[in-house]
Amino acid sequence: MLIPSGMKELFYFLIYPGFLFAASFGGLQSWFDRKITAWVQFRKGPPILQPFFDFLKLLLVKETIVPTKGSVLLFLFAPIMSLFGATASCVLILLPATGISSGFSGDIIVIFYLLNIPALAYILGAMASGNPLASVGASREIKLVISYELTFLLVLAAIILKSGMTISLAEIISAQSEHAFIGNISGILLLIASIMCIQAKLGLVPFDIAEAETEVNHGSFIEYSGTALAMIVAAKYIMLLALPAFLCVLLIGGLNMSGMGIVYSVLKITGIVLLITLVRNTNPRVKIKQAMKFFFIWMNLIVVIALVLIYLGL
Amino acid sequence: MGLKEYTFKKSLWLFHFGGASCNNCDIEILDCLTPRYDVERFGMKLVGSVRHADVLLVNGSINRKDKTRLLEIYKQVPKPVLVVAIGACGCTGGIFSEGNTFAGPVDKIIPVDAYIPGCPPKPEAILAGIIKLINKNKS
Repeated sequence: MLIPSGMKELFYFLIYPGFLFAASFGGLQSWFDRKITAWVQFRKGPPILQPFFDFLKLLLVKETIVPTKGSVLLFLFAPIMSLFGATASCVLILLPATGISSGFSGDIIVIFYLLNIPALAYILGAMASGNPLASVGASREIKLVISYELTFLLVLAAIILKSGMTISLAEIISAQSEHAFIGNISGILLLIASIMCIQAKLGLVPFDIAEAETEVNHGSFIEYSGTALAMIVAAKYIMLLALPAFLCVLLIGGLNMSGMGIVYSVLKITGIVLLITLVRNTNPRVKIKQAMKFFFIWMNLIVVIALVLIYLGL
Repeated sequence: MGLKEYTFKKSLWLFHFGGASCNNCDIEILDCLTPRYDVERFGMKLVGSVRHADVLLVNGSINRKDKTRLLEIYKQVPKPVLVVAIGACGCTGGIFSEGNTFAGPVDKIIPVDAYIPGCPPKPEAILAGIIKLINKNKS
């Protein structure tokens, strides 16, 4: 059967491993995160379909209110942009990770930029909403992006050095076919730094300064309601799959979507989400000053040590 | 029952409006989120922004200053929204109902879907009210 080539890319983007698959799997990860949080606090927790109820309620039932004092076009465009950025990065990560295609040379750099789009979209949307608390949230988000980006870039540089100067995800996976990068001391240091970066990228508790519920009332998202909020929620679900999957590819030897490999892949991603959830449940929220110091000094130091160790062959 | 009503029923996000309250009802509402009562198993969570809310929990006696705030908050909520009056002050005015500055019970200002009486209502009573609210056929 001859399928037009455009249709195949559209299928990748919209169904598998794109929007539909990523949103449903990410939604289940979000349920897992809430359930583990509930267990840590000795509660019972929400039912398994809760993330989908939340999403459908926001999408179908609630009305969308646009601000009178603010840029309506940008305000409504930002959630679409964040959803697009999350989906595109997820597709580019999962295509090489699940072995559907080998990607292209340099896709790790494209993914690095695409993973930034949701954060930038939240900043734009918050600035466009005309709410003072939202602009406080946006300014904190900008500072957070500035602090974790350097660390994340250094982690990627370390991975590239470790895999013998290749900038393609498929080659990074094949470089780990014998033993994964996590297996030595520099790999563990990189795992610590990248877990912290993921925490900040997802806006989870030690670094949820930009959307602190108790001080700035959800910060950047304060004015969003209805369908626009549903898109942001979907983008968050997708990011909750994309970032752990990216970490699996970089350090734990990629995913395998055949036979028993599916179980291992799901366990790898769920394990990383479990780690993130436990970090978020055992730490208080830090101030923005502390977060910047944490990334600029300590996390960068850890990654630089890892880089030196890799250079020495450890 | 359609998909819309079902998903709405399964995922109610709460926003807490405290009027001129003595804080007893506020504490009992927060009790519902603690491990012993845990309303998150019904898909409920407390949100900080009124734009995300599906249920407006109003407690405390509503005086003249609160009335304008309550109306403004009610206009800011994306519809459809359910309003729950909690405590004797929210339902009828309680001991403040003949006071000089009293401007309400809540249902004179905005439409109310459920009443939870008590001074303060026990967390069990609030849970029972919430279950009744979930099972109430909203048309």
